Amino acid sequence: MSTLLASGLTDFLRDARDLQVQVDAIGLGAIFALMAVGIGLVFGVLRLVNFAYGQLIMAGGFALAFASERGWHVGVGIALCVAVVLALSLAMERAVFRPLRGQSPAVMLTATFAVAFLLQSIALLWFGPLGKTATSLAQLNRPVSVAGLEIRKITVVAILTAAVCLALLVVLLSRTSIGLHMRAAAMDFQTARLVGVRANMVSAVAVLIAGLLAAVVAVLLTVQFPTVTPTFALRETILVLAGVVVGGMTRLVPATLGGFAIGYVSGVLGGALPTGQSQYLPSFVFGLVILVLLLRPGGLFTRGGQVVERV
Amino acid sequence: MIGSRTLAELGGPVALVVGAALLGTTVSRSTEIYFISALVAVSMVVALYVFVGNSGVLSFGHISFVAVGAWAAGVLSVPAQEKPAFMPYLFGFLRDRTVGNVPSLLVAGLVGAALALLVGLALMRLSGLAAGIATFAVLEITNNILRYYEKIGPGLNTFSSVPETTDLRQATLGALAIICAAFAYQRSRFGRKLRATREDPAAARAVGISIYRQRLVAFTLSGFLAGLAGGLYVHFLPINVDSLSLELTFITLAMLVIGGVTSLWGAVVGALAVSALDSVLANAENGLDVLGRTLEVPAGTRIVVVSMLMALVLIVRPGGLTGGRELSFDPLVRRLRPRAAEGRP
Repeated sequence: MSTLLASGLTDFLRDARDLQVQVDAIGLGAIFALMAVGIGLVFGVLRLVNFAYGQLIMAGGFALAFASERGWHVGVGIALCVAVVLALSLAMERAVFRPLRGQSPAVMLTATFAVAFLLQSIALLWFGPLGKTATSLAQLNRPVSVAGLEIRKITVVAILTAAVCLALLVVLLSRTSIGLHMRAAAMDFQTARLVGVRANMVSAVAVLIAGLLAAVVAVLLTVQFPTVTPTFALRETILVLAGVVVGGMTRLVPATLGGFAIGYVSGVLGGALPTGQSQYLPSFVFGLVILVLLLRPGGLFTRGGQVVERV
Repeated sequence: MIGSRTLAELGGPVALVVGAALLGTTVSRSTEIYFISALVAVSMVVALYVFVGNSGVLSFGHISFVAVGAWAAGVLSVPAQEKPAFMPYLFGFLRDRTVGNVPSLLVAGLVGAALALLVGLALMRLSGLAAGIATFAVLEITNNILRYYEKIGPGLNTFSSVPETTDLRQATLGALAIICAAFAYQRSRFGRKLRATREDPAAARAVGISIYRQRLVAFTLSGFLAGLAGGLYVHFLPINVDSLSLELTFITLAMLVIGGVTSLWGAVVGALAVSALDSVLANAENGLDVLGRTLEVPAGTRIVVVSMLMALVLIVRPGGLTGGRELSFDPLVRRLRPRAAEGRP
């Protein structure tokens, strides 16, 4: 019995170390990290957990599918995707986030939960449960052979895109005046307003950047999962939300790391679990989430002593 | 003697449920379904309220307890010879045993309570967003296991041939029992202590209340009631794992929020109001006669309307329809009293 267990464990560890699995897991982690930044940025400025973030990605996915079914050029599709997601983000900020400013986090989370279901059911009415297919960028899903590894091009593209986006964001936050305003608002919204930070401006910019990232994620995800349904990106959003909270919600870097970590862990577990148990992947991942939350409720990647419980 | 506060606080919700039930007896068989469904919704929402309303902590995980309750009651009450048809892999002790209606409901409640206690022992240490996300994790895990672990239930199959014992009478009795339990709890020492932690955690701690213990008590009771509601649900409709997932979590939470999270009255009003609206829309999806014209709305409109309503209520009236207050005769009494005083010599 124990030898059986031991050999099972070594199998598991060998599969988990397998480079192929590692590369795929890092690719997934990169996409999740982008989503985590989108969620974490809005939380930092507005203290609002945006459960409807996945539905922004879903809307972007439908825009891409719409363009691809009409045979439009890829560039047009991506432009449409960005336009749709940004318009929707701004509408959401204006209609829901702004009136709710200052409410308790629980009220805001429930409200965005409602927005999520609203967008999802509108998509259901519009496109039906089977959804549409986005195929414009399908060639990116083909693998290339690198030193015996079958790496899909999209994995490389995802990792590079994530790195570029994060670098740009760092520059924006640390080198521009709007970035300074956003950091000030994230630290203390009221005081920031007193010293002249324009609240509506800052919250709109945060939501727009988050929207832009959602559009990027929509492009990256539709390459890997070309069928866009009304529940597209829903599971991913729940995972990323968990990752963000696990990493540490109150700072952007821990939140991003948390998002990456949960994507990476899902990828590794998904590649390493024996076939009989792979359907229980969500249970393993969420079980880990609960475990980490119990051990480090303030965040896995936050330094002790500086965590402020804001909710 | 029963005080006027008790009369309003318990009597209001009870009267509303009984009223809905009586109305349900006057309609045709096909419309009766909507009334039973509304009463089952009342059961679920009040069960959710017992924890969320009294503690002020959000839970996205309560449908897990509804789901395990439904699983327990469903698996146990299907006649033994029909089990292999859609549950071929059951454990022996589940396969060979069939229990009656009332015992199956009790078992449903107990299983719900057991899971809630187990989960709560760990999760009640958390607060704020960590707690909210952790309850999400519980929902995902429960759903995942019920979906694929076929030794404890039908997996992806639908619960067919469960005796449909949740008629109008049983749904009413179930809802009333759950309302009475919720009322007894919130008036008890435990309920008052938990409400104190909701209003001011620091002050509550200062007078020696253990937030952890009080939340755990409420979570377990809430799990019991949710399990019971799940039992009622599986005896009402042939459901499957997808009926007990995010969408039901959303609907029950919306009902509670629309009614008013912090009162029993709000939970009942919200559940009945949203159910009524939902039934009208469901009818409209099949074509509804309005003033001689057939009004037809596309399928799926229900969730659009309910979610817009929920967002609207949160923005315009965050306390919900009832403002989160219990039903009270006080404003009425205050209006009457000056006149009575003037009448005196």
